[in-house]
Formats: sequence, C-alpha cells, structure tokens
Amino acid sequence: MSIVKRLAAAAAGASLAVLAAALPASAAELRIGAFVSATGPASFLGEPEEKTIKHYVEEINKSGGINGDTIKLFIYDDGGDANKARTFATRLIEEDKVVAVVGGSTTGTTMAAVPVFEDAQVPFISLAGAVVIVEPVKKFTFKTPHTDRMACEKIFDDMKKRGLTKIGMISGTDGFGKSMRDECVKVNAKFGVEILGEETYGPRDSDMTAQLTNLKGKAGMQALINPGFGQGPAIVTRNAKQLGINVPLYQSHGVASKSFIDLAGDAAEGVRLPAAALLVADKLADSDPQKKIALGYKTTYEKVTGQPVSTFGGHAYDGLMILVEAMKRAKGADPKKIRDEIEATKGFIGTAGIFNMSATDHMGLGLDAFRMLEIRKGDWTLADAK
Amino acid sequence: MGDLLQFAVSGLTVGSVYALVALGFTLIYNASEVVNFAQGEFVMIGGMATVFLYALGLPLPVAALLAVVLAVVVGLMLHTFVIAPARGADAVTLIILTIGASLVIRGAVPILYDKQFHKLPGFSGEDPIRLFGAAIQPQAFWVIGGMILVVLALHFFLNHTRFGRAVIATSVSPMAAKLVGINTALVVGFSFAVSAGVGALAGILVTPVTLTSYDVGTILALKGFAAAVLGGIGSPVGAVLGGLLVGMLEALSAGLISSSYKDAAAFITIILVLLVMPNGLAGLKHIERV
Amino acid sequence: MSAISPRYRTLLAILALVILPGLVMPSTFYYRIGALVFISAIAVIGLNLLMGYAGQVSLGHAGFFAIGGYACAILPARYGTDPLLAALAGIVLAGLLAFAVGRPILRLRGHYLAVGTLGLGLLIGMVLTNEVWLTGGPDGMQVQRATVFGVRLRSAEHWYWISGTIMVLCAWIAANLFDSPTGRALRALRDSMVAAEVMGIRPSRYKLIVFVISAVYAAIAGTMLALFNGLVTPDNASFLHSVELVTMVVIGGMGSLIGSIVGAAVLIILPQVLTIFHEYETLLLGILIILFMLFLRQGIAPGLAGLFKGRRA
Repeated sequence: MSIVKRLAAAAAGASLAVLAAALPASAAELRIGAFVSATGPASFLGEPEEKTIKHYVEEINKSGGINGDTIKLFIYDDGGDANKARTFATRLIEEDKVVAVVGGSTTGTTMAAVPVFEDAQVPFISLAGAVVIVEPVKKFTFKTPHTDRMACEKIFDDMKKRGLTKIGMISGTDGFGKSMRDECVKVNAKFGVEILGEETYGPRDSDMTAQLTNLKGKAGMQALINPGFGQGPAIVTRNAKQLGINVPLYQSHGVASKSFIDLAGDAAEGVRLPAAALLVADKLADSDPQKKIALGYKTTYEKVTGQPVSTFGGHAYDGLMILVEAMKRAKGADPKKIRDEIEATKGFIGTAGIFNMSATDHMGLGLDAFRMLEIRKGDWTLADAK
Repeated sequence: MGDLLQFAVSGLTVGSVYALVALGFTLIYNASEVVNFAQGEFVMIGGMATVFLYALGLPLPVAALLAVVLAVVVGLMLHTFVIAPARGADAVTLIILTIGASLVIRGAVPILYDKQFHKLPGFSGEDPIRLFGAAIQPQAFWVIGGMILVVLALHFFLNHTRFGRAVIATSVSPMAAKLVGINTALVVGFSFAVSAGVGALAGILVTPVTLTSYDVGTILALKGFAAAVLGGIGSPVGAVLGGLLVGMLEALSAGLISSSYKDAAAFITIILVLLVMPNGLAGLKHIERV
Repeated sequence: MSAISPRYRTLLAILALVILPGLVMPSTFYYRIGALVFISAIAVIGLNLLMGYAGQVSLGHAGFFAIGGYACAILPARYGTDPLLAALAGIVLAGLLAFAVGRPILRLRGHYLAVGTLGLGLLIGMVLTNEVWLTGGPDGMQVQRATVFGVRLRSAEHWYWISGTIMVLCAWIAANLFDSPTGRALRALRDSMVAAEVMGIRPSRYKLIVFVISAVYAAIAGTMLALFNGLVTPDNASFLHSVELVTMVVIGGMGSLIGSIVGAAVLIILPQVLTIFHEYETLLLGILIILFMLFLRQGIAPGLAGLFKGRRA
C-alpha cells in the first residue's frame, strides 16, 4: 500500500470536504448522520461500523440513491467519549441538519446522544447493546444489535441443555462487560444456573491468570462465562487454557469477529458463544432466509476492507438498511415520517436476524435471532445444528 | 502455594514490562530532565512493527531487530525535531511536547497499518510449563529474562565504558560535563535512542502474552511513569524495583483481594510509600536550588 | 487607558470573550461549543492557579471534576435533593476531600506530587466505575435537569450564558487572589521555595489553600458539565481528562488568566475543526500541540502578547 498515494488521496478528500461545506445543499439530497467510536477503547466496534456505513452509502448512491435522491453522509468519530458523542449529536442536528442518524457504538455514547435526538424529533438507530436503550421505549430511538440480556439467556439456555448448572463468571469492567454481567446475574436463576464465583478485569488488562486461578479453585465449577469485548476475552481464553481449566468456556456476542479466533489461537477451540448468523453465513442452509443477505454483506465487507467480517459492522449494515428502506417508504425527508416507517419495519432480513419493529419493541429481534456457535478447527460452526 | 506462584509469575511478567518502561523514563530523565510521556509508544512501535514485518514473511528475529531499529529512529526523531528545538523550556512544557509526540505516533499507526489487535507466536512455543502447581507460559521467562539482561547490559555500559560514564556525568551535572568536554547533546540524543530501543524490546517480548494494538502505549506510559517515580525518579535501580513492585501488587491484589480494585491497591501503596519516602524507594535526595 | 489597571483590562477582555460571540452565535451547536469551552476554562483557571502560581502539577484534577458531576447525578436520583443543592454539596465535598488529602500529598514535590495526584484521580475513577449501585457503572448515570425560578435549564443557549457568567466570576476571584497577599506568597513559592521559607512564608499552608481552591474550581466545572449534558460517565474522572486539563493550562499559558480560556478553547474547538481530516485527526492534533509548544513556549496567550509587545515583559 502506497503511503504517498493515501496521503494524496486524503489531502484531496479534505479539500473536497472544505469545498463541499462551502456549497449550498442541492435539493435532491438526503442528509444522514452517523457517529461511531472509530478510535478509543471501543474502536473495534466503531471501525467496522464506520467502514460499513461509508461503503454502503457510496454503493446506494451509485445505484441511484433513495427514490432518486442521493444520500449525503455526515460521520464523526466520538473516540468512545460520551461528552464528545453528545457534541457530535448536537452538531449533526444543528449544523448538518440531518434527517436521521445511525450510530452510537457503545451504550455510554448512545445514552448521551439520545436526549438530543428525542428533543429534535429526529430518528436515531443505535448500534449498541444494552437493554436500557429501548426499555423503556423512547419515541425516536431504535437499535439493531441483540441485547445483552438475550445473550445471557441464550448462553444459560445452552448450559441448561448440556446440564451445566454451576458456573464461574469473569467479566470486563468496561461498559459492555459490566452491563452484560448485570443482566446475567438477573436471569441466571430462571435457568437454574448457579454462579459460584465472580471475577473482573480492566479494559486494558493484559493478564488474567490471577483471576482465573481463583475461579479454578471453586469446587464443582462446570462452566465459565466471560461477558466482555475487545482483546480481554482473547486473553481470558488463552489464560484459561494455560491454567488447564477444562470446563466449557462461553464467550459473549462481544467477541464476534474472526480476530478473536486469531488472537486466542488454539485456546479458542471448543469455545461457545451466541452470535448472529452472519459469522456462519457460508454454513447456513440454502433455505435459511438470512443466508443471501449475510453472505452478501460478508463478501462485500471482506472485499472492501481486506479484513474479516464482524457482527459489529453487520449491526451498522442493518441499521443503515432499515433506515434506507424506511426512507424509501416515507418518500421524503420528514424525520417524523421516517420515524413512523422505521417503527413499521416488518420482516426485514438483516445480518443480525429478522426484524419486526413495533410501537412497543424498538429492536424487533427475537431470541431465535441468536445462533449458538462453537469454534472448531479455528472456524465458527453452528453448535445447535448437530 | 501453586496459586501464589501463579500470581507472582503473572506479576513479574507484567512488572518486567513496567520496569523496562520505567527504565526508559529514567534514562531520558537523567540525560535531559525530560519526562517523556511518549515512552509507552516505543513499546507499541516495538510490538506493532514486529507484527507487521513478521506478517510480511520476515523471520521473527529479523522482524524484531528491524522493529527495534525503527523505534530507535523514532526516538532520535523525537529528540531532534521536538525536544532539542525546545531546549531550556519549562519542565511541564516539555511534558506537553512529549504528549503531542505520542499523539502523532498513535495517530500515524492506524494510517500506516491498522487499528486491530495483534499477537505474535510465543518464542518457545505456547505449551505451559507446570511448576509447583502453577502453569507458566514459556514467554514469561523470555520477558523476565529479557528484562534482566537489559538491566545488566545497561549497568555494565554505564559503569564500565567511557561513553557510559559520560552519560552518568551528564546526568549529575550537565554544566560540569560540558566543561570537561563531554558532548552533552550527543549524550541526550543517545539516551533517547537507547530508551526507545529498550521500550521496543519490551513491546516485542510481551506481545505474545498481552497482545498489542496502536493504542496500548498510554496505559504503559502511565504505569511506567508511576513505577519510575515510586522507585525514585532518576534512579535506574529504583525504576526496575518500582516496575516489578507495581506489577506484583496488581497481580497479588487481583488474586488475593479483589480484581475490581487491583489498580487501586497498587496506587494506594504507591501513595503510601511516597508519603513515607517522599523521594521514592531509591531515595535520591533532590536538592532545592535557590 | 492607563486609568484601568491591568487586572481589570484582563477581566474586561474575558467579559468581551463571553458577550460578543454570544450575540452572534449562529446555532445551538455553537452555543454548546462555547459552553463547553467556558466550563473547561473554569477547571483550567483553577488548575492554572495551582500550576502557574504555585508551581505544583496535578494529574488528578479530573477526579475532583467528576466528584462535582456525580454529586449532581447521585443526590437528586437517590435522595431527592434539588439539583442545585446537590451541585453545591459536590463542590463542598471536593473541597473537603482536597483539604483532607492535600495536607499529606502536598508534601510531595514535582513528579512525586504528579504521581500522588494521578493515583488519587485513578482511585476516584475506579470507585465511579465499580460501585454500580451508586454510580451506574461504566456507562454512567443520567442527571436531573436543574430548575431556576421555574425555568428548566436545558438549552445550550442557557448554559452558554450561565457558564460564561460563572467563568467570569471565577476569573475575577482568581485575579483578586493573584493580587492579594496570598497571591504574592504563592508567587514567591513558585519562584523559590527556599527563599520564600526564609522570608517566613509557610509553603504548606499556601499550597494547601490553592490546592483546595483548584479542586473547588474543577468541581464547579464538573457540576456544570453534568447539569448541561444530563449525563455523567467515569470518563470525567479519567487520567486522559486530567492530562487534557493540564495540556489546556500549558498551551494557553501558565499563570495567565486569558491563557486558561484560550487553552480550553483551542483543545475543544480544534477536534471539531479537525473532523474534516477524518483519520488524520489524532496525528494533526499532536502536530499542532507540538508546534504551539515549540513556537509559543510560554503558552499561546502570553506568547502572542509577547510578540505584539516586542518582548517587553
């Protein structure tokens, strides 16, 4: 890759951006906003999201836009900082005058921005996990990823089926890990699963052997669950193998990208996790309604970025496409109409599942949208299709 | 017993990295009184450059060597373009300059390469060694051993070579060193180079254990700085002690007290130690100039 | 012209910096950026008292900032306190904490003090992250809106004028402090601790006073950001935020009131401008910081003033 070329391209891009800012908006232009955490601790969420949104907006414009109007995208990097996210949310509304927004990589940045969009009555599709985003329902706020509560339920359900009832838990102290941990300790009893011991690690920790040694010492532990995202779960997986912890290890949907398998190496063998069908797109039955969409996105993403697909980028795809479909139906740039049409989304096939939104459900995914995957021979496989 | 050993090895491994970062702080500080907050970026460069070159197909040792060379070049550039032009500036101004430099380095890596996490294979495989009930990654020995070798080499160099003595002389009194004909500018530049090399080496050794990405530098700079100060800033022995102590405290408190507050245990200890020994463990007396 | 003392000239300039842009702001977004600048500037003025006048560096002031903010979140939500009263409580709490830890910690000097305060800030951040039952954990906590005379304060325009007014007040107090006997003692301390001691100034007492004041300023800023945003997160207490505040002081100009505001403005406005460069943002921010520090070593405000005056000072 030629650096000089990339620098030149960036310089050209920057001058174009300045030019574009100086020109008045053309009539046939739909302004869509986005803010993601492309840098900072959540960058492995924000980066694929950013790439996905940018690419697909380009692609939609190339193939004629929305009802003939082109999309003008305004996208910002909040660095994972809630305060910045709110500033960019304000900027999108006030300066860029967008009619709808996709974004919010983390629950923290999403919740910081929600009031801005609710006040401005502009629809917002969040890409973050926690239940609080859509419970209670906020009129203009939607989300596409599965919730962390669903992940816990899916995992505990699988444990129950395998007769694993006494478990240890090690979670990250980042927003994702902490939020999922809290959901898990709310629902574990429902599945008859008992948590024998709990440990945590910081988002930047590089060695979890101390915590895992303590869990290893819990008599009768039958399984281990690790709510967390980023590189932490990879280290937990490696450390667990190093210590000879042989009970089944369950990771969360927060590790759902191929880089987890690469980083964890052999230790990832046999790890289970709930994730979207996207990760096993090529292994889905041909009759599976999601196969075409998931495989299409996976192929495009990997071709465009040269990196393995992740479900995080998939959530951005779902969000953008739900919005685009809604805008097609709304036939115009009225944010309120677009909102109504997003809420009316029915049977939309996305990478994460089949979405059926309603006035009381602003996510629209059921528990069946999650597949239980197992890592075998360094690749994802469907665990429940045995 | 096995558990304690497990905690201790984990603490020593992470602590060795802190120790090398702290040592880097100390070298530069002694030669120039600059507290270099870009020190963590050298560790990152070491790890990331090795990953990049290794992925290109170079043998690991070659990739590692080139990564160290790259870090040394960056260290020299940092000195030439950022620190040297600011000679005589306020200590805090110099710190902000190094913070600016760390932003430049951290900002450049994703453009040149990527933002993903990466790993390297363990130098001696990845099958854990069982020892008294503990399971230890072979790489831990590489990290700890590498740290010891670096410390010994530096010790020999500083005390038994002509140039090394010039470095020490400069750190004691730059003015006097200049008067006896030592090229202090060379010494300062040299200290940036060595410190960058040491940081890069730490990054290479530890990447198979802890993984690396473009933004691992900040937290290492923070912990390394705290370790250097705990040891008594300006003292190489103190820096190593401080680093190992911080690593051990983290691992032991994660294992024995609470993993949520393991960093708290380390920093409470640091504060308490400093209150009793205001000049750090090595206790170099700072003389107030009137 | 010469009838106005330099102190009042500075304060008038600050007043103009608040009022003039406030009259011509084109949209809420600009008011928001303005308010963010003023809010940060309050914390920076306080920290500048500590750094510029007393010569002490703190890498933990984000901790005090967050205490103010979280008081506004926690007290109304858990105990039904009025948000403004909660803000006051947070500010007092931060002051008391600074007083309690200041005594021992200020015995440390230079880099030792920096690490001591760094540890303090990290500890505060860790409590905020871990004690979910109280603080909402890593994703933070919503903050109730404050109501003054029946008006719910939520628009950015409100907050622009509120934060601007409070910043001017804080600057006025800081300026007075600078010209008071305490201020002179502080300056003596900065220039030479030993000489000051010989003159009978008790360094520990004055350092403690200014440490507490700076913590209170940080907490005031924290409460305002919390009430303005309607949300607090542990990021407020992070090491990076502490470093950002220190950078604002140094870039603007240590020991300069106007510099504090300039420093805050630069580091808040720059990232907004740099967004057009996308992935080059961080790189360019670093380069600009280096250039500022190389060419305006004393900081932007004193540096530029020096250039205009032809180095009279």
